[in-house]
Amino acid sequence: MELVNPFVLLPIAAAAFFAAGYAHDAQFAAHMGLISLLALGLSVWRVATMDPARPVPALAASPAQTRPGMPYYMDGPIRYGTVATVFWGIVGFLVGVLIAAQLAWPDLNLEPYLNFSRLRPLHTSGVIFAFGGNALIATSFYIVQRTTAARLFGGNLAWFVFWGYQLFIVLAATGYLMGVTQSKEYAEPEWYIDIWLTIVWVAYLVVFLGTLVRRKEPHIYVANWFFLAFIVTIALLHVVNNLAVPVSFLGSKSYPAFSGVQDALVQWWYGHNAVGFFLTAGFLGMMYYFIPKQVNRPVYSYRLSIVHFWSLIFMYIWAGPHHLHYTALPDWAQTLGMVFSVMLWMPSWGGMINGLMTLSGAWDKLRTDPVLRMLVIAVAFYGMATFEGPMMSIKAVNSLSHYTDWTIGHVHSGALGWNGMITFGAIYYLVPRLWNTNGLYSLRLVNWHFWLATIGIVLYAASMWVAGITQGLMWREYDAEGYLVWSFAETVAAMNPFYVIRMLGGLLYLVGGLLMAFNVWRTIRSAAPAAHPVGVVQPAE
Amino acid sequence: MLDPLSKFIFRHHHKVERNVTVLLVLSFLVVTIGGIVEIVPLFYVHNTIEKVEGVRPYSPLELAGRNVYVREGCYTCHSQQIRPMRDEVERYGHYSLAAESMYDHPFQWGSKRTGPDLARVGNRYSDEWHVRHLADPRSVVPESIMPRYDHLAETDLRTDDIADHLQVNATLGVPYTPEMVAEARADLLAQGRNGTDTAGLETRYPKVQARDFDGNPQRLTEMDALVAYLQGLGTSVDFTRYEPLAHENLR
Amino acid sequence: MSNIGADEGFPRVPESEPHRGEIDQPTGTATTGHEWDGIKELNTPMPRWWLWVFYATHVWALVYIVLFPAIPLLKDSTTGLLGWHSRSEVAEEIDTAAVARADQFERIRNLPIEQVADDETLRNLAVRGGESAFKVNCVQCHGADAAGGIGFANLNDDDWIWGGSLEAIEQTIAHGVRHAGDDETRLSEMPAFGRDGMLDREQIAAVTRHVLSLSGAGPADPAGATVFADNCAACHGASGEGNRDVGAPRLSDAVWLYSSDPAAIRAQIHNPKHGAMPSWSQRLDPATVKQLAIYVHSLGGGEEEGSREASAGAID
Ligand code: HEC
Ligand code: HEC
Ligand code: HEC
Ligand code: HEM
Ligand code: HEM
Ligand SMILES: [Ca+2]
Ligand SMILES: [Ca+2]
Ligand SMILES: [Cu+2]
Repeated sequence: MELVNPFVLLPIAAAAFFAAGYAHDAQFAAHMGLISLLALGLSVWRVATMDPARPVPALAASPAQTRPGMPYYMDGPIRYGTVATVFWGIVGFLVGVLIAAQLAWPDLNLEPYLNFSRLRPLHTSGVIFAFGGNALIATSFYIVQRTTAARLFGGNLAWFVFWGYQLFIVLAATGYLMGVTQSKEYAEPEWYIDIWLTIVWVAYLVVFLGTLVRRKEPHIYVANWFFLAFIVTIALLHVVNNLAVPVSFLGSKSYPAFSGVQDALVQWWYGHNAVGFFLTAGFLGMMYYFIPKQVNRPVYSYRLSIVHFWSLIFMYIWAGPHHLHYTALPDWAQTLGMVFSVMLWMPSWGGMINGLMTLSGAWDKLRTDPVLRMLVIAVAFYGMATFEGPMMSIKAVNSLSHYTDWTIGHVHSGALGWNGMITFGAIYYLVPRLWNTNGLYSLRLVNWHFWLATIGIVLYAASMWVAGITQGLMWREYDAEGYLVWSFAETVAAMNPFYVIRMLGGLLYLVGGLLMAFNVWRTIRSAAPAAHPVGVVQPAE
Repeated sequence: MLDPLSKFIFRHHHKVERNVTVLLVLSFLVVTIGGIVEIVPLFYVHNTIEKVEGVRPYSPLELAGRNVYVREGCYTCHSQQIRPMRDEVERYGHYSLAAESMYDHPFQWGSKRTGPDLARVGNRYSDEWHVRHLADPRSVVPESIMPRYDHLAETDLRTDDIADHLQVNATLGVPYTPEMVAEARADLLAQGRNGTDTAGLETRYPKVQARDFDGNPQRLTEMDALVAYLQGLGTSVDFTRYEPLAHENLR
Repeated sequence: MSNIGADEGFPRVPESEPHRGEIDQPTGTATTGHEWDGIKELNTPMPRWWLWVFYATHVWALVYIVLFPAIPLLKDSTTGLLGWHSRSEVAEEIDTAAVARADQFERIRNLPIEQVADDETLRNLAVRGGESAFKVNCVQCHGADAAGGIGFANLNDDDWIWGGSLEAIEQTIAHGVRHAGDDETRLSEMPAFGRDGMLDREQIAAVTRHVLSLSGAGPADPAGATVFADNCAACHGASGEGNRDVGAPRLSDAVWLYSSDPAAIRAQIHNPKHGAMPSWSQRLDPATVKQLAIYVHSLGGGEEEGSREASAGAID
């Protein structure tokens, strides 16, 4: 089935056009207008590039699969995904630096569209779903093909996943700026964007599962266990947490199905496991491929893989209530959230051990290989964040840390250190292979990137730890007579220096990202131009 | 030194590794258990939501204001959940009860206090203070880092579809009566405009505050709605008649 | 990780496996025999310390679950052997704090405010507690230094709209100004002379000039003086000295609630603002309100003898 086809696209364009015309609110009209234009543009382009002799256009290329005895990999969507990862990474970091600056200098808010409160979800979705999501989709497609020795299942469905996901990102991001949001953290997109993501995600699952089914290896490699658990669980979380009833099917506003305390727990069941499955399980999948490949050593322990995989996915799900300690959530649920979070410590460290110890016998490579260093420091940060997390889940600690910048510091030591660094390492690994070049344009730049990012993280995390603990202590500080010492405004003022340092740390991290973009661009440019037009298959090594 | 479970797993895991369906189904089962055990009881365990008097659904104007709050993303800086701790109770007021947000679709408890908790901000300031603070926070609180929301005072509130909003909430279980839905727009206008008859509004929504909120009686703006919402926050329960340590309120 | 390569009497490669692993040279550990895209797996046993810590967290979790509310049942949940609840904990915490100062609070609550201020110990305590309550409840309007802002009264100076004695301040704080939900609130309304057509533009301009002249900020304006005498003196006094009974501010000094900008004065006469302050007796207990009044009184503008020196040192 060919989706990029006027017979499919024109009805969509027309339907979206009418939806825009009869829309209930300007935001919905804008989104439907955008979809209509895209569908129209695509079908015009499709007709214009129609070549009866070669029925499949470049975008959807899937030339003959049969060179005897050789599996052919589908790398087009992966190349696009890699570039998209770099692009959205820069966007997400840039918005991060901007909102960090807004907290230090509030006059940088430009209402209404560029207010902190509309940009913050743009940042979180930008880095998690756009940067992280593209990285996950691209690497999972790459890894599943290599470790099954099979081509991606579903033909152009992989392209649909890639472009469909970009459309989701664009709709979500533009929506936030216009005020289309459910105000549920990490699940801000409104109902129609959620439905679209559900469709794309099911396609993703089909491609991934189908490829596993086709595999030539009898066993499924551990990286794919993690990817599979990630895809399935995110589907479950996304659907349940986003159950909602729209006010009008031609309008953007909806009301979520759950309310109050139930909504709170469903939300943090979702939110915590967005961390556990999006930012952890999926990225562990990456780790299990790129580290052994880059260091060229066997994975440390198969048994550890088994035990930490199953215990990780089982226990993560229970830990959501640690986001609701001391709230109106009943105490029993808080207890469960806390004990499972603490039990989650070792399953998490199992992944760290398997990643780090894979270097045994080859530690010296760390000195010479900046890409490996990136991958390894990522795992180290993973270990840190997953020690800190269980500690913050303990109610006594959480009573101080909750609501403060300590949480923000924890988030970013995980996000910048673990998710960011491992993605950078993966990109440096992938780009020369995807474009078939002689290595990267510059390893020195990788080294610079490594140090800029590392110093950036240290500035960010250290300033937020101090800020958070200061804040928490000031809020509850009593004098000798038992009276509160600080007004809230004084605690706000006390944060300013830390907000400035955090912004600087973020800036360094962003500059590192820009170096990476430059490096990737020069590497791609150095590839022989016609050798690998995007979309053409690549033989397996 | 291995426990029997691990031994069993090691002996049989290769079956899972070699069968996609088994891997898929098993993973799915493993990740559903925790959610079911934690979430489902919240819908039936009887004291999850305390029985208290006074909590009522939002009046149409308050609901519209809440939607402005949701749209602008105030939750990115403000919590609406006072924890049972001495400092929070002294700073913000009685700790929040589950009952107080039982009609909140979605909940807005928040996770970050860049600004103070707002769960009981109702009646704490004058309307004028709110309007000035929202339009230009640093004009009243020099230390503030909150963005300006001046545009709300310039934007007329949309009122034509308010009945649909109440209807959807009613569908989701908020006890709006058909009468409330039918009168939604009239109630909204009565609450936000000076001098309109408010008797019906006040019987439908006890303790409701009706007046011009944004200092501009000529217009009914988004600022009117947002301030009406803020002025009602945390004011519904009469805590002099609440027994915090009664068995059913300890959970 | 001491036990690399160690084994626990457990077959390196499960019998059922078709492949037999080879021995990895650098570590001396067997592989599982599988290979994916060149990646192999060692069959290293789980690190022992890791396993032990994992078990330890389970044991701790079990104990915790037994001691605290944890398991949802059909009607409610287990309550735990300790009988602990976050809500009873805070109640205790607050009780303990209340008990610690119960004596003094009791006395502050029962004594007339004058006598509280006369008692050295009680006054010090009140100033301290008042400052704290001020930071939590009042700075948002009156500013961190209590110097107020446009529309929000300055509490440091000796110019009082509603009165600067201890009782007057206590009354203002307890019941607020123009607070709808309080019957004893301070009430009064300056008429909207312009909006309601009582004065025309010319007259407003003239009386504005006159108001400015009262504090020496401009030349006298005879026409304005007439308008003032006819319309304003009733509240603000013949020479603009103000009237605390109706909360009409003194106009003959350089202290302004709104501003000395002629446009602001014209606006006030055309369509006046009516500043409002919440009633705090509904939120704070009477002892705290008294403390607040004593604190505000101590800020420098408090009226009546003795209070000024007493406040020295209490302000930071
Ligand atoms: C960038 C963070 C930020 C955002 C976004 C934000 N605020 Fe604030 N808010 C603050 C800070 C900081 C304070 C404390 C200083 C002050 O009073 O301005 C505050 C104070 C307040 C207060 C006074 C609370 C009290 O008890 O003193 C209210 C009410 C308020 N905000 C409402 C809102 C609303 C409504 C929105 C959304 C439309 C919003 N805020 C968005 C940071 C923010
Ligand atoms: C919503 C803003 C707001 C808050 C919060 C507030 N005030 Fe006020 N306060 C005002 C305004 C406005 C006035 C001036 C009233 C008028 O215009 O007559 C005022 C007047 C006063 C006065 C009378 C000053 C005079 O000259 O007579 C005192 C005393 C006072 N406030 C004390 C307090 C204390 C103590 C608190 C905290 C417990 C507090 N205020 C909190 C707004 C506020
Ligand atoms: C019914 C009583 C009343 C009358 C008559 C009245 N005022 Fe007022 N005036 C007030 C009150 C009360 C306030 C304080 C408003 C507030 O607290 O927000 C005030 C405030 C003012 C202020 C602002 C003072 C400041 O410090 O910023 C000015 C200026 C003023 N009046 C001028 C006039 C003039 C000129 C007239 C006559 C044309 C007049 N008033 C008549 C009651 C009155
Ligand atoms: C240049 C780098 C970055 C900067 C400067 C930055 C800055 C910020 C700032 C200022 C906030 C708001 C904090 C607050 O509300 O107080 C934030 C929130 C957040 N950021 Fe970043 N960020 C960066 C990169 C990332 C990356 C790479 C990720 C994830 C992969 C990420 C994930 C998040 C998340 C999840 C939150 C919300 C935290 C919470 O709600 O507790 N950020 N970031
Ligand atoms: C064992 C693993 C982990 C545990 C038990 C854990 C626990 C916690 C806790 C207790 C909080 C604070 C909740 C609050 O007080 O509001 C938190 C917040 C957060 N953590 Fe972790 N954490 C873990 C690992 C990670 C990792 C690896 C990441 C990767 C980026 C991460 C990302 C986040 C984010 C984004 C938040 C902020 C949520 C929000 O409030 O918006 N966590 N975590
Ligand atoms: Ca959603
Ligand atoms: Ca109005
Ligand atoms: Cu979490």
